[in-house]
Amino acid sequence: MKKKVCVGFAVVLIPIVCLYFLQCLLVPKYATDIKEGAMIQEYYSSDKKHDVLILGDCEVYENISPVTMWENYGISCYIRGSAEQLIWQSYYLLEDTLRYEKPEVVVLNVLAMSQGEAKSEAYNRMTLDGMKWSKSKIESIKASMTDKEDMLSYIFPLLRYHSRWSELTMDDVKYMYKTPSVTTNGYLMQKGVRPVTTIPKVMPLPDYSFSEKNFEYLDKICSLCNNNGIKLVLMKAPSVYPHWYDEWDSQIKDYADKNNILYLNTINEAENIGIDYSQDTFDYGQHLNVNGAEKLSKYLGKQLVDNYGLKDHRNEEEYTRVWNPLVDKYYQEKQDE
Amino acid sequence: MLFTSYQFIAFVIISLILYYLVPKKLQWIVLLCMNTLFYVYAGISGIIFIVTTIVTTFFGAVSINNEKEKCADYLTQQKDVLTKEQKKDYKLTSVRKQKIYLALPLIINFGILAVLKYTNLFIVTFTSFNTVDFILPMGISFYTFQSTGYLVDVYRGIAEVQKNPFRYALFVSFFPQLVQGPISRWNDLKTCLFEYHDFSWSKIQSGLERMLWGYFKKMVIADRAAIGLATIQSDCQTYYGAYAFVGMILYAIDLYADFTGGIDITIGVAEMFGIKLPENFKRPFFSKNIAEYWRRWHITLCAWFKDYLFYPISMSKWMNKLSKKLKNTVGKAVGSRFPVYFSSLTVWFVTGIWHGASWNFVVWGLLNSLIMLISQEFKPLYDKADKKFGYRKFKYYKVFEIIRTTAIVCSLQMLDYYRNISEAFKMFFSMFTSGNYYEVFTKGMWNIGISMPDYIVIAIGVLIIFIVSMLQRKCSIRQRLSQNNYCVRYVVFLLLFLAIVVFGTYGIGYESSQFIYNQF
Repeated sequence: MKKKVCVGFAVVLIPIVCLYFLQCLLVPKYATDIKEGAMIQEYYSSDKKHDVLILGDCEVYENISPVTMWENYGISCYIRGSAEQLIWQSYYLLEDTLRYEKPEVVVLNVLAMSQGEAKSEAYNRMTLDGMKWSKSKIESIKASMTDKEDMLSYIFPLLRYHSRWSELTMDDVKYMYKTPSVTTNGYLMQKGVRPVTTIPKVMPLPDYSFSEKNFEYLDKICSLCNNNGIKLVLMKAPSVYPHWYDEWDSQIKDYADKNNILYLNTINEAENIGIDYSQDTFDYGQHLNVNGAEKLSKYLGKQLVDNYGLKDHRNEEEYTRVWNPLVDKYYQEKQDE
Repeated sequence: MLFTSYQFIAFVIISLILYYLVPKKLQWIVLLCMNTLFYVYAGISGIIFIVTTIVTTFFGAVSINNEKEKCADYLTQQKDVLTKEQKKDYKLTSVRKQKIYLALPLIINFGILAVLKYTNLFIVTFTSFNTVDFILPMGISFYTFQSTGYLVDVYRGIAEVQKNPFRYALFVSFFPQLVQGPISRWNDLKTCLFEYHDFSWSKIQSGLERMLWGYFKKMVIADRAAIGLATIQSDCQTYYGAYAFVGMILYAIDLYADFTGGIDITIGVAEMFGIKLPENFKRPFFSKNIAEYWRRWHITLCAWFKDYLFYPISMSKWMNKLSKKLKNTVGKAVGSRFPVYFSSLTVWFVTGIWHGASWNFVVWGLLNSLIMLISQEFKPLYDKADKKFGYRKFKYYKVFEIIRTTAIVCSLQMLDYYRNISEAFKMFFSMFTSGNYYEVFTKGMWNIGISMPDYIVIAIGVLIIFIVSMLQRKCSIRQRLSQNNYCVRYVVFLLLFLAIVVFGTYGIGYESSQFIYNQF
């Protein structure tokens, strides 16, 4: 009888173990290519003592440098950004983060307010796959899934990524169990320079109103911050395009006024910040390169210190122990070809 | 509910749990309920048609049986009273009544099938009206044939009548075989559908193994080949010549792996319920001629046509009379051949149109028939040549015969693949006239949606099927494996399972593909 139980156990366990190893091998590692996919899960291995949490899409993880904010103001900041991050995904990431720590300030980039629905499964995956399993992750998946997606493939990513067998590289074996860090506290460094040459024509839209769903989740973010005593800051990062319409801006402005929230539209502040679109962008004005990101971070850090009196931690050992290696990593990356 | 969907797997698991949990006398009722659910899931509107078929054929069979009993009773009671002539007259009247009970359900059911499936073919061919959008209930061709077979068997006295309509409904609607066959006979299922089944792991394991083999063929091979086929089929101006050749090979692989895979899943699921369904394939690509191929491919359909169409036509009284007349007027050669020729062409016309409501299928069916008839005509000549040269004794001649049969089958299948007669012929001839083979084999065939690794997977898959087929000539591969150490058996099916998970064409990036035979 005992033997039968052992055999039965082995019969069930062996396929599960095999599937686990196959899953580890086949899921994308995002270590050298499309690094955006590895960013969300990186947070869990960080030291979770952050004054500021920044949420949003590429306009945060490519435009704001936490190291610059640390070096200039002693602010400990983390960016939980991901490609095409939707407002509800930001909300659930905030919920998820609050399971580990309670930052003093949350900065939310508002470009995603113009995004009514999930654009593609690939973007969803880059935000959702990296989250640890929790109620927040399940809710985020439910809110984000496109028609072609199903919950089962999020629970068992092998069902989604099995077809990668023909694209496997040595990286997939090397990083089978752990992907190396691709960011510095959520900042994905871009070093190239591609200046703005032309500004795309601004096309009028049939409807400028943000969707009800987006406002609903913005309300949820607002109340979650209020309930936890966190200050919420809305921000629009500087960019030449995609165009940030005045009609959109006024909706955010009204919302911020109504809820007594600080709103930083840095598009018009670009000159004061010192952003030079012939030097500080790596993709013709859509996002900033590391030079531009440092300038914006100095500005943002000052705003946060001035408005919320964030404490300077540069002389605190428990912070310097964490930040010094990050600063070294940052400059090493900046120097590397 | 596609066999390859998570819903289907969940459905089978739930059905099995319920089936083995309830008291054994209720097992068949659970199965009937699950069949109903399965059918409702496919579309509530289809229910009316299957219910009509069940009701009409059930009452038809019961009426035939009652009439038979009534006649027998009357003749027994009046044995000493009636004269021989009177008895004969009474029998004749009874048979006439039975024929009416047989004909009515047949007219209703084949009428439904004809209207739903062939109205548009009629409209397009003979009128200038717009086509109509009829629903095609799931498995209509299969359950119509299965229930018709039962009715005819009762009429012929081969099958006993089933007097419980719900038990009969289970026979017609058994969910694994509802989608794509096999077409079972009442006599084969009447016991195992209703007998008590104990739960046993070996039954579950055996069924699961058969299912895995089916999923492997369907998801790893057939659906992968189908991606390239869709590209080739989409544009005949671009994809001709060598592309048509690649398409022809891929379609043969696709159709075989798809259909046999589906049947493996069907038989495997039934096996888990303790129900043994008939085999539908017996290594058809090992056939040495087309007639043999059709005895090994879709066996239950071919047997159905043979028993319920070919013989009734070729051995009917009117055919006999006609044959005799022809022998006397035109000659013995024509007169003796006519019944076979006429029946064969009729059967293949119907087989063709059964496969699809378009003329390409009719041409495909008739060409199959013509090849078999011609082959039969040349048989004495071949025998004579063999007597003289003795080439049949060479081992490689058999290989040549197999390759020749495969080539003919693949060529004929182009009519099915292209779905257009002129296009199919054009593409067939372009394989011999076009000079694009070098270009296609070095570059083009990698750009039809199938990459080099995909071709490798298909090739390995086909090789595995070939090896399994070779091994199965003596006995079933599962039987062979069961004689081995349990670990060997376990490892084989574990590898098969992992191969399906990794190499299967499912999920995002692959459109879920219907089984080809689902549409019949």
